[in-house]
This record gives sequence, C-alpha cells and structure tokens, in this order.
Amino acid sequence: MRLAALQADFGRWLQGECPDAATRLGDDPGLDVYLNNYRSQLVAALESSFPQLQRWLGETAFLAAAARHIEASPPSAWTLDAYGEDFPATIAALYPDDAECAELARIEWALAAAFTTPDIAPFLVEALGAVEWETARFAFVPNLAMLPVKTNAAALWQALVDGTVPPAAQRLPAPGAVLLWRDGFNPSFRTIEQAEATAILQLEAGMQFGALCTALAEEHGEAASAAIVGGWLGAWLRDGLLAALH
Amino acid sequence: MPHPHLFGLGLRKPHYADFLEAAAPVPVDFVEVISENFMVPGGRPRDILRRVRERHPVALHGVSMSIGSADGVDRDYMQRLRALVDAVEPLFVSDHLCWTRFGDFQSHDLLPLPYTEEALRTVCDNVDAAQTALGRTMLIENPSSYIAFDGADMTEWAFLDALCARTGCELLLDVNNIFVSATNHGFDAHAYLAGIPAARVRQIHLAGHSRGETLLIDTHDRPVPDPVWALYAEALERVGPVATMIERDDAIPPLAELLAELDHARAIAALRVAA
Repeated sequence: MRLAALQADFGRWLQGECPDAATRLGDDPGLDVYLNNYRSQLVAALESSFPQLQRWLGETAFLAAAARHIEASPPSAWTLDAYGEDFPATIAALYPDDAECAELARIEWALAAAFTTPDIAPFLVEALGAVEWETARFAFVPNLAMLPVKTNAAALWQALVDGTVPPAAQRLPAPGAVLLWRDGFNPSFRTIEQAEATAILQLEAGMQFGALCTALAEEHGEAASAAIVGGWLGAWLRDGLLAALH
Repeated sequence: MPHPHLFGLGLRKPHYADFLEAAAPVPVDFVEVISENFMVPGGRPRDILRRVRERHPVALHGVSMSIGSADGVDRDYMQRLRALVDAVEPLFVSDHLCWTRFGDFQSHDLLPLPYTEEALRTVCDNVDAAQTALGRTMLIENPSSYIAFDGADMTEWAFLDALCARTGCELLLDVNNIFVSATNHGFDAHAYLAGIPAARVRQIHLAGHSRGETLLIDTHDRPVPDPVWALYAEALERVGPVATMIERDDAIPPLAELLAELDHARAIAALRVAA
C-alpha cells in the first residue's frame, strides 16, 4: 500500500472506526491501541480547557459531549491546545435550551486563549496629559476579547472556580457582555453592560472619542454622560485594556 | 577532548517551582521541554521557558512535526519552531520517526510508518526540508509502535541507518521504545542496538511503560524498569557517553524521585566507563 493511502486509511480508522480501512491496514489488534490513544488524548484536552464546564455538566454529560465533539470535529490544528475552539458550538447544539452552558464554554475558551496571547505594554495613565481628547482614537490591547452574554454564566464560572455553590442559571435582566484579557500572566474577566460593549466596539471601529461623548450626551445629558464615560475610561486604564490613544 | 556526559530531565508543570524558585539550581545538566507547549506568542509559558533557559541548557523535543507525512511538513509549524529555536538556542531539536498529520487531519498521536523504500524517501525529503527550515541538524527518535505493516522492505533500525546516511540527521535513541516495540513485534532488541549507526546517537530517553492486554504501551507513567536499565547499559557500550534523560509524562512524582532515577543512570554510565 502506498504511504498516502495508508495514512488516509489510518485517518478513517481513527475518525470513524471505518471497518474497510481497518481491513486494509491488516485488522491488527494494535489499531485499537491507537484508537484509544487518539480519543483519550482529545478528551483530556477538552477536560483541560473546560474544567468548570465539566463541573457544571457533570462528568457523564461532559464525556458524552466530548464524544459527540470528537466524532463531529476531528482536530485540524498542529497544537492540541487549539482543539477546544469549536467545543462551545457543540455545547450550544447539545443544550439549545440552556444558554448558560455554551456561554460558560465560551468564557472558559476565551480565558484559555488569553493565557498565551502576545505580551503587550498597555497605555499608561501617566501619558493621559498628552491626549487630544476630542479627536483621540483608541487602540485596545489585541488580547482583549468580548463575548456577548444573555445569562449569568460569568457568575457561574466564578462560583465554580471558587468552590462555592453556584447560583441558579438565569437570564440577565438585559443582554450584556463579558470582557476578557490577560492581566500580567493571569487571564481575567468582568461583566459589562451593553452600552459599554457598544462603546468599545465603536471605538475599535475607529470612532473618535469626542464623537462618542457627543452621542452619549445626547442620550443621557452632559453631566451624566461624563460620569459614564469617565467610569469606563478609568476601568479600561486600571485593567490595562488600552494599548494606545492617538 | 571527550564530550561531557550530560544527564537531564523533562520539564513538567508539577516541577516548575523546583526549577524556577529553588535557591540552588536543580542538579541536572540540561532540561528537555515539549516544543509545542512553548510555540505560543507570549504569556506565562514563554516566561517560564526564558527563566529556565537562564539556569539550564534546554533541549527542544517535538511531537507534531509529522516527519512521516506523505504530504510533507507544515510550513507554518516549521516557522513557529524556527522562531522558538532562535529564541532558545537549544542543545538539541528532536521529533519522532512517525506521522501525526495527513491533509487537514491532526491525530495528535505518534502514528507508525511502514518501513518501505517509498516511506524512507518521504521521510528523507521531510527531514531535509525541516533541517533547512531550522538551519540545523535534527535528532530523530525511534517510536514505540503497536502495529507492523505488511510489505516492509527493511527493519526499523535499517530505516534509521539509511535516514541518517541520506540526510545527515542524528538520533535520539529511546531505549524504552526499543524494549516496547521489540516485545510487541518480536524482534531482537540487541540486534536493534547493533544495527543503528552508533556514532549518530546524540541523546537517549529512558522511561517506563505499562502492560496492556496483549501489548506493552509506552505510557511514561512509572519508573524505568530493570529490563530497560539493562538495555541502557548495553546501549552505552555502543554509543558512548551520550546525553541521557528520564521522561515522565503521567503520574508525575516529586522531583526527588526523578533525580534519584537520574542518579541511577549516572551510576550505570560510570560503571560502563570504568569497565
């Protein structure tokens, strides 16, 4: 058998236990060892990336979800660490009426992804004096991620990490977002309201700071909008979310 | 001037504090890391590697180069590994005689090759490409395997001998893998040692294995067993004072236990030299 044909057959065996492929590979008992290694490696990778989701679902349900994912989504990245990227979509399909499950998975994945993002020097508060605020455009750090959420998945995640009894899953009064980034070497996150999420998206898209303030003032009034945007800016600086103001 | 005989350990998470925070450096001559764990843009993994490198020489050991893929090595992977090599300036860069990828499918397991002339040409082409991309000689490790394909043209050791001759690559000899594969496939481990190009061996791996229903499995989850120590002593007679390290990837014990195993390797090496 040619090498390419052998490797294609081995792939069919691992991905789907294809009996014809096994026959062409000699029906050797060793094939089962490789199949077991393949599956157990992938399950271990998912367990490593989604420990709080595993606690939330329970081991049996998590293993069933992992098995479904392994069957439907064979790995295609050179690093095993990337294997969980599509797992939240699998969870969403398995639990369409329990939105907190997929949101919990997305939060865990984003936190894991933040762990190895590039090292970035954040914008320092000492440089604020030189900013031309009216025309300033904001560059957020590239390792900042923002996930839209409809449930209290972030609170669930925190309780699971802390080992406390998680609250009941529930929908938020209004949709919001979770901001995730790397604080030093530690992934970090906080929940924000939709208005702040919208502002970040507008600034990321190139809106000038003055234009954002004008829009907020029309909606909330001059004084209230200054307090709102000042609070956001202070938190962004505190958390090191800004890379540049120019 | 003879090379110093180096003894090292694999760097694993439970031992990060031992390697980074102890007042005195861990008594090893080098540390081996899994390349892929550090082929990342930044964050704690790269910081740990930088700090370990300040204390010890580092060997990069890969598991995903897929040097046996019929469709060649992955260019993006090679660029990432080259960047790591340039940053670390490692003692050795190694990967396995196996394949892990075919097309878009990544198995993340060290899959076996048929020892045919066609496969040899493929592996030689891939090793040539890898060594060119890295700008240095690679070490290729013999794998444990659980299946042997019909139609082989040569033994594994003849395959490795030809690979070294055609590409100039060197060898990472895993003594446990020889024992496991010899048991599983019924070949003579002593003939294997006699058949490899001894002068090309630059590093030795030692590890433990477990017994499955019908096959030995390369699990790296227990101490090096006596038959592997015996084979190590025999290997040293053939290859001389080659850098040696203990691999443990599961059921990882306190560092002191692995250092004791490494002392065992040192003692065997000392006895072979004295003899």
